[in-house]
Amino acid sequence: MNTAAKTKHISIEQAMEHFTDGMSLMIGGFGGVGAPPTLISALLDKGIKDIFLISNDTGFPWIGPGKLITEKRVKKLIASHIGSNPEAGKQMQSGELDVTFVPQGTLAEKIRAGGMGLGGILTDVGLGTVVEDNKEKTVINGLEYMIEPALTADVSIVYAQKADQYGNLVYDKTARNTNPLVAMAGKITIAEVEEIVPNGSLDPECIITPGVYVDYIVQSKGVDWKWVWELKQDTRSQGGQLKK
Amino acid sequence: MGLGIETRHQIARRAAKEITSGMIVNLGIGIPTLVADYIPENSGVMLHTENGILGMGGSPLAGEEDGNLSNAGGYPVTILPGASYFDSAQAFGIIRKGLLDVTILGALEVSGKGDIANWIVPGKRVPGMGGAIDLAQKAKKVIVLMNHCDKEGKPKIVDACSLPLTVKEGAHMIITERAVFEVIDRKLHLLEIMNPYSLDEVIAATGAHIVLPEKISVFY
Repeated sequence: MNTAAKTKHISIEQAMEHFTDGMSLMIGGFGGVGAPPTLISALLDKGIKDIFLISNDTGFPWIGPGKLITEKRVKKLIASHIGSNPEAGKQMQSGELDVTFVPQGTLAEKIRAGGMGLGGILTDVGLGTVVEDNKEKTVINGLEYMIEPALTADVSIVYAQKADQYGNLVYDKTARNTNPLVAMAGKITIAEVEEIVPNGSLDPECIITPGVYVDYIVQSKGVDWKWVWELKQDTRSQGGQLKK
Repeated sequence: MGLGIETRHQIARRAAKEITSGMIVNLGIGIPTLVADYIPENSGVMLHTENGILGMGGSPLAGEEDGNLSNAGGYPVTILPGASYFDSAQAFGIIRKGLLDVTILGALEVSGKGDIANWIVPGKRVPGMGGAIDLAQKAKKVIVLMNHCDKEGKPKIVDACSLPLTVKEGAHMIITERAVFEVIDRKLHLLEIMNPYSLDEVIAATGAHIVLPEKISVFY
């Protein structure tokens, strides 16, 4: 038996071979936190355009998936929120960017369903609002639900704290967010990680994403979302927090 | 007109009275965030965030922020003993299953029947609903904190919302700088007047029919 199985660790340049114009792309992260910064920068550098992006939100104009919006690389978007990225709103109003909004929990579950091999989910979140427009519905045990098809993408990119050579992933605090769901839903999944460790050095009980979902891992060149809150502290009052 | 910091805190202080020991609570961005300041220490209240914390604590000291630990608005936070982290599917599973006792959020318009509109002004501001629909539809108690009137002085509490809804008949309580209302059986009941406003000033600034109490109390 060859236990020294081959590594999934590849270079950023090798990873870029999987990205093409017009592709569907899923990006993990929440408000920029946990979105893979090195892969997003490489995508920009490679000039990839006409992307169909699926993401919880559009981050900030210069953080996370927001950069792809600012540089006008995204043609179509499925997200729950674009409020922190004025550029996304501008492009939506001008018709340059086709945006479909999905309630955040429903979006997470549609992505999860895609990764779990399901056709979709049933949910009542948004009944009585515009969310139910043009949705197929069904009744289960006397309750009405919308049928929400699962989402998958040509490529999923995620950020994790650690990966072993097999691609098992461990996340860090709230940088986990949508990443474990997005990691499952790509036809190809590439994880950008802070640290790559040998197989056997991660506690199997603590692994959040089993490596079977991960095709490639790349070494992160460092994160950029610290600026999410530093930027906001400069421009707005922080508001109160729970007393110490 | 924007509300002064003292008024914002008065609203937050009133909202915190609705939170009792051991509750699971989600606080939205803006005035709702301030409510955390008035939740007593060791009350066993667990704050939930959409980005994956149950048991969020206060702000870290300057220099002790962790870039991978923030609230849903992106600000650095800490956690309390007993806290847990989870992915976004779990964060919203907790909401959908009805495990939140209270959610406190802002709004653009609320109707006297409890309809809430807070995610879109068609053609003008289109931020998206984020987690607002999940929260407003599924929390056991939905409390709206907002300015009584909009920037042009028009009532934000109306007979029927003109903006697309976040939830139909979802609000249980509305707290503004002028008054505290409860929505019971699709009717708007005045609960308290906020100091220093008068009953006439509340009625004049409200665009929906108000059911008046026998005795009016004032919240300072």
